[in-house]
Amino acid sequence: MAQSADNPVVRVRGLVNRFGSQVVHDGLDLEIRENEIFGIVGGSGAGKSVLLRTLLGLRQPDAGSVEVYGHDLRHMSQAEHIALVRSYGVTFQNGALISSLTVAQNIQLPLREYFSLTEQSLAALAELGLSMVGLPADTAGKYPAQLSGGMVKRAALARALALEPKLLFLDEPTSGLDPISAAAFDELMLYLHSQLRLTVVMITHDLDTLFRTCSRVGVIVDGRMITDSLEGMLKNQQPWIHEYFHGPRARAAQHG
Amino acid sequence: MKLSLEGEGDDWRLLLNGDWSLAATASVQQELQALPKTLHGSLTCDWTRAEATGIGPVWILLNSLGAAAGGHLQVRHVDPPHTLQLLQRLQADRHALCAPPPEPSSSEIEEAVGNLGRWVVLQGTEGRAAIGFLGRISTVVRETFSRPRALRPSSLARHIYETGVTAIPIVSLIAFLISVIVAYLGAQQLSRFGADIFVVDLVTIAVLREMGVLLTAVIVAGRSGSAFAAEIGVMQLNEETDALRAMGMNPIELLVLPRILALVIALPLLTIIADAMGLAGGGLLSLVNLHIPLPQFTARLRESLSPTTFWAGLIKAPVFALLIGMVGTYRGMQVRESARELGRLTTIAVVQSIFLVIFADALFAVLFVQIDF
Repeated sequence: MAQSADNPVVRVRGLVNRFGSQVVHDGLDLEIRENEIFGIVGGSGAGKSVLLRTLLGLRQPDAGSVEVYGHDLRHMSQAEHIALVRSYGVTFQNGALISSLTVAQNIQLPLREYFSLTEQSLAALAELGLSMVGLPADTAGKYPAQLSGGMVKRAALARALALEPKLLFLDEPTSGLDPISAAAFDELMLYLHSQLRLTVVMITHDLDTLFRTCSRVGVIVDGRMITDSLEGMLKNQQPWIHEYFHGPRARAAQHG
Repeated sequence: MKLSLEGEGDDWRLLLNGDWSLAATASVQQELQALPKTLHGSLTCDWTRAEATGIGPVWILLNSLGAAAGGHLQVRHVDPPHTLQLLQRLQADRHALCAPPPEPSSSEIEEAVGNLGRWVVLQGTEGRAAIGFLGRISTVVRETFSRPRALRPSSLARHIYETGVTAIPIVSLIAFLISVIVAYLGAQQLSRFGADIFVVDLVTIAVLREMGVLLTAVIVAGRSGSAFAAEIGVMQLNEETDALRAMGMNPIELLVLPRILALVIALPLLTIIADAMGLAGGGLLSLVNLHIPLPQFTARLRESLSPTTFWAGLIKAPVFALLIGMVGTYRGMQVRESARELGRLTTIAVVQSIFLVIFADALFAVLFVQIDF
């Protein structure tokens, strides 16, 4: 896209997040371009989830600006904020499916909230959601507690896609999955990314997922973000990054 | 209009206009239903004038074209949205799967009998589970007394504090107010006969035998019965109880017993406080409203008390405590799977423990009359 270079989807400038005296982000900058899969990595406690919550507008940053599609999250009316929230999809680490609703009802939840649709359309859209993420049709009537971990992740993705977002945030999409399910999820993500022309922001610790799917990677080190292509990261000599991309597990993932 | 159909015979053109985003799904569906059902031959979908095409409406269009024509229609797309390929693939996959079997239909009577049967079986299994729970508690109690460390004094103290000490203000206030109300209404009636002084008897007997313990038990059922069910229920949802079992610890011993025991200790003490506050309320109202001075009130109080009056109330407290504690913890242990279950079972815990308390109180009343206690 022509506009992608000078008009990033997400632009973060000088972000500061503190918890008491503990500084999590200290002047973090980040740009996410249209139609890329951007991976966010960092050590435990480096502030990946805090960053995600800030990007989603669930947390007010202590300083700095967050712009999504050119709109500053701080100067936004309630109505604008709701419109923005509707334009992106999110999956949470544990799925966060509503446990008292069936999978189909979970997918239909945002649709029911924002559009007046007939039951017939809702059923068709739930079916579409399920088949997009590769879940069998009989999953529709099941409750989240009856699903395996991998199916929960897929159902959560179907719910995140229900409002047809252009921007997708995924928090640890493959954590807790066996390698086969995780690999299948990677392929699904790549396929949907290419077919639906999504911009994907993904927090992940899964090196295989990182190497397979991400076009650019951002590493949070000491409260700041270092962004580079995957090849660039592999050559980076910063100690933590080097350790991360050249540790025993990383080598296995690269050559595997 | 989102759709307009042109052509005749075997050659049709479907023009797709305007906004085709997800928001237009409802109108797209409506217009699709108005299309003739007997199309055959070839159909060309022209997407040139469709804007902001979403996935949902296109999916519904593909579905309805597939269903309406039953395969007798050759569909071609001109200038289709980029998602069409994905949707066509998904649709092909879906048709490859066999259709779900139709729901077995049954008559209303069959259904009613079935429901009744399910209900009976459910009640049976519930009853068995409750008795099983009681049995598990009793075995744990036996073990615990042979191994006093298992009593867990710190946990016990915490629960006595939470169920007992923190309940003192509300229990006192309610006991005081209720006894004022009883004394006030009693005085209205009794003063007509010039029998004002019997208000003291009324308050004493009502508060000590019934009101003190019953009100306290109901308040505690609402406060602590729900807390027990919710605490243990969330631990169930987080698999914390499974973790305890896997470490060789017994959740009944760790979670259930301290709570029940704490309640058995705390409820009688709360009852004594409620009794005292009730008598104080009666005394105050007698002084203010009936002008019975305090010495006369206490003298009359002593006369109206039989040796058993106080104990007839207090002896019920540990029984009520057992009922509340067991129902609360039992319902908590039953929580599985979902947040809704947690809410449902917490509600049941409170309703059932209040019911059981009142039911047990009725049994006590009959028993005490029979044995002249």
